[in-house]
Amino acid sequence: MYNPRVVDHFNNPRNVGILDGADAQASVENPVCGDLINLYIKVEDGRIKRSSFQAFGCSAAIASSSIATELIQDKTLDEALKITSDTVVGALEGLPSSKMHCAGMAADVIHKAVKNYLDKK
Amino acid sequence: MKKFIYLDHAATTPVHSRVLEAMLPFFTERFCNPSAVYTVAQESRKAVDGARKTVADILGCVPRDVIFTSGGSESDNMAIKGGALALKESGNHIITSAIEHHAVTESCHFMEKLGFEVTYLPVDRYGVARLDALEKAINQRTVLVSIMTANNEVGTIQPVAEISRIVKNHPAGRGRTIIFHTDAVQAAGSLDINVDRLGVDMLSLSSHKFYGPKGVGVFYLRRNTPFISWQNGGSQERNRRAGTENVSGIIGTGVALQLAEENREHYVRHCTRLRDRLIEGIMSAIQDVHLTGHPTERLPNNVSFCFEYVEGESILLSLDFAGIAASSGSACTSASIEPSGVLLAMGVPVQVAHGSLRMTLGTDNTDEDIDYVLSTLAGIVERLRSISPLARKSAHV
Ligand SMILES: Cc1ncc(COP(=O)(O)O)c(C=O)c1O
Ligand code: FES
Repeated sequence: MYNPRVVDHFNNPRNVGILDGADAQASVENPVCGDLINLYIKVEDGRIKRSSFQAFGCSAAIASSSIATELIQDKTLDEALKITSDTVVGALEGLPSSKMHCAGMAADVIHKAVKNYLDKK
Repeated sequence: MKKFIYLDHAATTPVHSRVLEAMLPFFTERFCNPSAVYTVAQESRKAVDGARKTVADILGCVPRDVIFTSGGSESDNMAIKGGALALKESGNHIITSAIEHHAVTESCHFMEKLGFEVTYLPVDRYGVARLDALEKAINQRTVLVSIMTANNEVGTIQPVAEISRIVKNHPAGRGRTIIFHTDAVQAAGSLDINVDRLGVDMLSLSSHKFYGPKGVGVFYLRRNTPFISWQNGGSQERNRRAGTENVSGIIGTGVALQLAEENREHYVRHCTRLRDRLIEGIMSAIQDVHLTGHPTERLPNNVSFCFEYVEGESILLSLDFAGIAASSGSACTSASIEPSGVLLAMGVPVQVAHGSLRMTLGTDNTDEDIDYVLSTLAGIVERLRSISPLARKSAHV
């Protein structure tokens, strides 16, 4: 059902947990199936220097959040805001069609975390 | 060979070797249409009649009350639609439970579109239909009641005989017929399915749930029960279900049900022991778990749990990687992205229902299988919890 890249990120998710000393945090809940993703970011000189996630959801949600933390690494806040659900799916080399919304959640939580950071400043 | 432990027998079972053996000749040398007049075709006719007699003996009915169908779904459709439509002059009210299989529920929705009213009886927290609600729901317009013998997701066994007494003795039904149907698809091979002891007018079976072939089932229709046939054509099955018989499937059904019945005591003992080992093992190894379904009135092969803070699809995938096949009622496993209505009807909170896992045992499962599952599952749940924001102890980076 899932390709090896998704399986890898599901089996060995990167950057899991609460990021101590994070500059901003965001939560997104999937209105359809009720799953939850938290994202934590640390920003230095306008770039995301460190991030971590927690996910309560299917394997696609876990893999999407994991790869999201890789996608935003060292990105400027503007660049991070440009990441879409398609970017996440592309980085995972595809998801089953019933799982597209899980990648959407990962993109949403990135945007929300950046906005929370900008609002705080 | 890669490890493969099959714990999804409620979804389907493998065809028993003796069943397959009995079926095979009917694909080739004994291929004749049982309706044909020549001598060789009479062999097919005789074999179909023999299977019908076998099924009838196990159900405790006469052979003519046994109709072969394409499976559990068709039998359920026949019951709800064929029964209620036959009685439409006498009423337009159907009663079922909130935890039926989709084949019953969706048939009821169809009848609603035709102007019928349907009461979906609530269940208690173990998934047992509320008999007080049934008593109250039956009215002057009630024509059909359908309650499953045992639930496919959580394994809860319904008090079918007691339900029958309530339906049949209700004052609102005096002097007219209220049909009582039960979906016994999950019960065959585990429970007594004698139609008189159950007190049912209609009953559904599906062969692939008891080591028979897929795509064939049984619809029991008690003599003189109002019924409108809506699969029309030839006069097969005494005009109640048109179409050339699935001869090999019917032969397989007869043999499979016979074997299941002969083996029932042993099967129940075997599965119950493994089931209880698995349940106890999980409860003692993993915190924040809930056994779903009835603690004792449950199918001998059903182990179903909700694990808090984690989601079922990710448990299933992890089990799959470990060579274990199971199932879940989580929203994330269904194409509709809706959680199991059965768990919600039992009052399980949506978030907890997310972490549902069903493992259903079969004849071939062993103590080693249980050991392996127990040695694997706790680690899987622990790993997923370490990722979850809901878990009690969150990891930090
Ligand atoms: C309780 C119940 N009823 C009906 C069915 C449908 O049976 P079939 O797959 O033969 O159509 C099933 C199996 O999925 C079931 O578990
Ligand atoms: S998180 Fe529910 S389907 Fe992916």
